Amino acid sequence: MMLQGEVLLPGRSITADALVLTAPISFWGGVDPRTGAIADARHPEFAQRISSRVLMIPATVGSSSAAAILLELVHAGIAPAAIVLHEPDAILLLGLIVAREMGMTIPIALRLDRKHFAQFQNQRVSIADDGTIDLEKSE
Amino acid sequence: MAMRIVAETARLMGADRLIAIESAHIDGALYHGDSGTLFAEKLVAGGAKVSVRATLNVGAIDLTGCSRNRLPPHEHEMATRMMTAYRALGCEPTWTCAPYQAGHRPRAGSQVAWGESNAVAFCNSVLGARTNRYGDFLDIACAIAGRAPYYGLHKTENRCATVVFDVSQLDREWLSSDIAWPVLGNLYGRVIGNAIGVISGLPFRPWEDSLKAFGATAASTGAVGLFHVAGATPEAPDEATALHHREAEQRMVVTGAMIRDAQSRLSTAERVDRIDAVAIGSPHLSLEEFDRLRRYLRGRTLAVPIYACTGRHALRLLERDGHRQELERSGVTIVADTCVVVTPILPEKAGAVLMTNSGKFSHYAPSNTGYAVIYGSMADCVESAVTGKPVFGAAS
Repeated sequence: MMLQGEVLLPGRSITADALVLTAPISFWGGVDPRTGAIADARHPEFAQRISSRVLMIPATVGSSSAAAILLELVHAGIAPAAIVLHEPDAILLLGLIVAREMGMTIPIALRLDRKHFAQFQNQRVSIADDGTIDLEKSE
Repeated sequence: MAMRIVAETARLMGADRLIAIESAHIDGALYHGDSGTLFAEKLVAGGAKVSVRATLNVGAIDLTGCSRNRLPPHEHEMATRMMTAYRALGCEPTWTCAPYQAGHRPRAGSQVAWGESNAVAFCNSVLGARTNRYGDFLDIACAIAGRAPYYGLHKTENRCATVVFDVSQLDREWLSSDIAWPVLGNLYGRVIGNAIGVISGLPFRPWEDSLKAFGATAASTGAVGLFHVAGATPEAPDEATALHHREAEQRMVVTGAMIRDAQSRLSTAERVDRIDAVAIGSPHLSLEEFDRLRRYLRGRTLAVPIYACTGRHALRLLERDGHRQELERSGVTIVADTCVVVTPILPEKAGAVLMTNSGKFSHYAPSNTGYAVIYGSMADCVESAVTGKPVFGAAS
């Protein structure tokens, strides 16, 4: 069951476990930049780590410091493996644009309609550099 | 590098051109980790300077020395280097999240690039200037380039309200109370998401500090960059104008039950019998708010500290009039240039409870400070700080 996402920012193909957020998130105050864990106790995915996951984000809210948190996650090597957004968000994606300007390797960022998100929850997901998204084939 | 960042953002957001901006408010000088400092120093090393007026939002250090923080030495040094780098780029050392009360008020209709979610909401909604919700890095990149991607709230057609938030059923006395606006903001932010609403049915014109509290709370719980208030904000002489004379897509009639639910969400602690601290000033306190603080306090000595966060613009006048000294004698800690949810100022204490009148502090304090929060009016906060126990319904 292959889906085509739109590549917002290019990055390497990856396979990783998906973490589908079931509520909007504010990265600042919502994600701990030292651990990569969701720090907002009121968020349904509280305490889950976003590091090395295919992070699916239905919507972003809140502070305009989200980019700084994402840059710090990339800089510390604990960023998500890929970021899938329902719609492009300049505040968040800036963190990746700046990381790339500073010579860091950034996770691929895609756009995909959030109606497709639920099926990926906690599944192994492969994302190709052309933006195709698939459940990992069992060997 | 600044221009590349602006251009790449324009591509991502589908903007077909850039527009000239008149000013910027920079949220990027708050330390979140070494990477932000290295970015700012890379801009300085490249000889970059801002080409328009650019005020600075809070940093992680109180450079005035009014308050102290517990940042470890490495973080303290990197945070200081970051603040120094933004000064070197030509930004004004305002260090406040309420630049609009520190002399930076762009005129209605002007194009600007502002960061800090509450400042964005105020700038668009109350001043009628035009900005998107700028984040760290893009704000300074636009200030250097003097240009911003032309999309979103920069364009007239995207500033139209589509949702009516009707408060006409609410009790007039409650609406004019001190606690009303953060509660309304909490509800509005959650239900509106990133849409634009017009608040309709208010029997009076709200104070500037009420709109400041509303926008800050709404921009914490939602992606709110612009709201209209019929009869009060520049693009909403009336409801129909805010809707650009179209039918509303949704009309939400706010009920007492919705308000009670929103108010309960502003507290995370229930039935506490003591508090450990009070924090006020998110957004930073205005002089009018300090006057109210002094009036409620009446020179009494506090049982638990009140952390009163503000900017240098207010601090200077408080010192001139002897009010800083008076407040500190009572046990108030004035926090300038920064605030208690962005840097570790509150003492570390397991199971501690913070009381606040700020919907934004209520939203961010639990995750950023570890304190549970309870919400009350400024008068309640002061009475509670005097007694050390939560007091509600104090006369204001």
